[in-house]
Amino acid sequence: MLEIRNLHASVEGKEILKGLNLSIKAGEVHSIMGPNGSGKSTLAQVLAGHEAYEVTEGEVLYNGKDLLDMESDVRACEGVFLAFQYPVEIPGVSTNYFLRAAMNSIRKYRGEEELDAIDFLQVVKEKTKIVEMDEGLLQRNVNEGFSGGEKKRNEIFQMAVLEPSLAILDETDSGLDIDALKIVAGGVNQLRRPDRSMLVITHYQRLLDFIVPDFVHVLVDGRIEKTGGKELALELEDKGYSWIEGAASTAV
Amino acid sequence: MIEVQEQQNQLTPYIDQFERFEQDSELSPAHFLPIRKAAIARFAELGFPTNRDEDWRFTNVAPIANMVTSPASQRTAEVSPSDVSPFLYPELDGPLLVFVNGRYCASLSHTQSMPDGVRVLNLAEAISAGDPVIEEHLARHACYQDRAFAALNTALFEDGVVVHVSKGATPDKTIQVLFITSPESVATVAYPRVLVVADESSQVSIVESYASVGPGDYFVNSVTEVVAGANATVDICRVEHEGDNGFHIGSLHLHQYRSSRVQYHLMSLGGRLISHDVYALLDGEGIDCSLNGFYVVEGKQQVDNHLWVDHAKPHCDSREFFKGVLADQGRGVFCGRIIVREGAQKTDAKQTNQSLLLSDRAQIESNPQLEIFADDVKCTHGATIGQISEESMFYLQSRGLSKAAARNMLVYAFAAEVMATLKILPVKTKLEAELFSRLPRLETTSA
Repeated sequence: MLEIRNLHASVEGKEILKGLNLSIKAGEVHSIMGPNGSGKSTLAQVLAGHEAYEVTEGEVLYNGKDLLDMESDVRACEGVFLAFQYPVEIPGVSTNYFLRAAMNSIRKYRGEEELDAIDFLQVVKEKTKIVEMDEGLLQRNVNEGFSGGEKKRNEIFQMAVLEPSLAILDETDSGLDIDALKIVAGGVNQLRRPDRSMLVITHYQRLLDFIVPDFVHVLVDGRIEKTGGKELALELEDKGYSWIEGAASTAV
Repeated sequence: MIEVQEQQNQLTPYIDQFERFEQDSELSPAHFLPIRKAAIARFAELGFPTNRDEDWRFTNVAPIANMVTSPASQRTAEVSPSDVSPFLYPELDGPLLVFVNGRYCASLSHTQSMPDGVRVLNLAEAISAGDPVIEEHLARHACYQDRAFAALNTALFEDGVVVHVSKGATPDKTIQVLFITSPESVATVAYPRVLVVADESSQVSIVESYASVGPGDYFVNSVTEVVAGANATVDICRVEHEGDNGFHIGSLHLHQYRSSRVQYHLMSLGGRLISHDVYALLDGEGIDCSLNGFYVVEGKQQVDNHLWVDHAKPHCDSREFFKGVLADQGRGVFCGRIIVREGAQKTDAKQTNQSLLLSDRAQIESNPQLEIFADDVKCTHGATIGQISEESMFYLQSRGLSKAAARNMLVYAFAAEVMATLKILPVKTKLEAELFSRLPRLETTSA
C-alpha cells in the first residue's frame, strides 16, 4: 500500500528526514516511535502534503502511484488521512458543514453521488458513536472551543466518516487522560480493517497497549534505526531511546 | 492661487445647479429655502475635502470633485422591472419604493400594503405639503454645518423617502427602499435622501438599497437621518451594490432617545469608492446602539467607514462590529471614534474591526479613537488584520477540499459572523448567496 524509499525532507532549509525507508502492506498497523525532533511529525506532514515541507530526495509510492506528485486534497481523495497532532480551529465553519463538503469532494472524485444534508446526517450520527462523541459538536464550529480530548476525538470521528485506506495518526494520544485515550484508541480499533492500513505515530508506549501494532519502528535523526514487533515498544519503555541512538551514532 | 482657482472650478457647477434649484418653489418652498441656502453656503466654504483633512487622509475624492456631472434627475431613464429585480427581496411583501436617478418611480413601486400607523411618503411631496415631521426633523440631525457632502446633499436633494411610525405602532412588514442610478454616457450625480422617524415605543424595519444600471460614471451623495424616539426599536439594513463606475459618499445621522434600540447594518458589495459616515448620538439613558458592517473590495475599489458614536448620557451600550475582505488592490479605511461625555457613566462601548487581506497589494487603514470624559465606563476596541491561515488551508485540504473550495470556505466563514447578525432573513439569505457566488472571483494574489 505504502512504499517510502530513501525519503529526504527539509523545512526552512533544515533537513529533518535523512533517508527514510518504510513499507506498509494493506491491513497492517505500523507504529513509529522516536525521541523529540527525530522527524515523526515531519513524516506525517510530508505524507499529507504540507507545502512547508520540501522533499529533496527519494520517493513515496501509494498504491503504486507517486504520492508526492499529488496535491494534499488529491491525496485525501485517494484515501490518505492525517489525524493532526494539533487540530486546527476554524471559526465560522460548522463541523457538520465542513465534513459534508469534504465527504462530497471525495465522493465526487471517486465518481460517487454526493450526499444531501439528510443522508449525510444519518451517516455521521452513526459514526459519532464510534468515539462516543456528543452529536451537539456537529453544530459547533470546527474545533473551536473544543477541549484537547474533544479535538482528538473529532479527528478520529472524521476518519470514521471519510473512511480512508491509509490513516496516519500523529500523536493522537498526546495530552489525553486514560479515559479519553481508551475512547480514542477504541475508536481506532473499530476502524481497523483488512484493506485499511495505519501509521501510528506516538511518543509514548502507553498508546500501543490499546492499539496493538503489527510493527514498531524507531525513528532517530530522520532515519528508521530499528524495526521490530510490538515487544520492541516495551523494550523502549524500559531502556529509553539512548541505546538505539548510541548504536546509530556508532554505526556512523 | 492655482489651487484656489481649481477648487472654485470644482464647486461652480454645483453652485450653478443650486441657483436654478432655488427658483423652483416646489423643491425649495419658502419654509425650507433657508436651510437649503445655509447648506450651499457651507458647501461653498468647506469645498471638497482633500487628503489634508484628517478624516480624508486615506481617501482621494478628487475623481468626484473633478467629475463633470449633470444632475441624474434631468434624464429620463428607461429602467425596467427586470433591471431592479436583482436588488429587491420579493419575500418581503411590505411597501416598496423605488427611486430612479433620485426621483420617485411609481411604476416600479408599490405602497398599497402600508401597515397601520406607518406613513411612507415621498419626500418631494412631503416638503411641498409642509408636513410637520419634515418641519421638525428634516436636516435637523444631519450635521451639514461641518460636513461638505452632507451640506451638498441638503442643498440639492430633490426627492427621497420619509418613513414615519406613530407612537406605539409596530408594523410587522419590512419597508424596502431602492435608489437606482442609471448613468449613460454623461457622468451623473444623484442625491438620495432618507428620513426615518420612529415615535415613542414604535418599531420599524427598513432595507435601504443602492444600485446602478448603465455604463457611465456616476456619483451618489446620500444622506439618511434616523430618529429613534423613546423606547423605539429601529432595524435598518443598508445594502450598497454600486458598480465599478460608481462613487458613493453617504452618511447616516442617527439620533437616539431614552431606551431606544437601533440595529444598523452597512453592507457594501461593490463600487469604485464607497465612503460612509455614521454619526450616532445616544441622547438618553438605557440606549442600545448596534452598528454592523461588512464589505468586499476587489480590483481598485475602496470602502471607507467612519463612525462616531457619541455617548451623551449614562447607561448606554454601543457595539460596532465591522469586517472587510480585501482582494487585489482593494483598499479599506475604518475610523471609529467613541466619545463618552462627562456624566455618561456606566457606558459600555465596544468596537471591533477585522480585516481579511487576500492579496499583498490590498491595504487597510484601521484607526480606533476613544475620547472619554467619564470615569466609570467600559470601552474596548480591537482591530485585527489577517490573511488566510496556511494551517487552516492545509487542514481543510487534507480532508479532500480543493484549494479553491478551502479558501472560499475560510473567506465565507470570516464573513459569516457579521451575516449572522442580520435579522431580516430574506436579506441575510440573499446577501450570503451573493457573497458566496462572488468568492471564486476574489483571487488570492501576491505581488
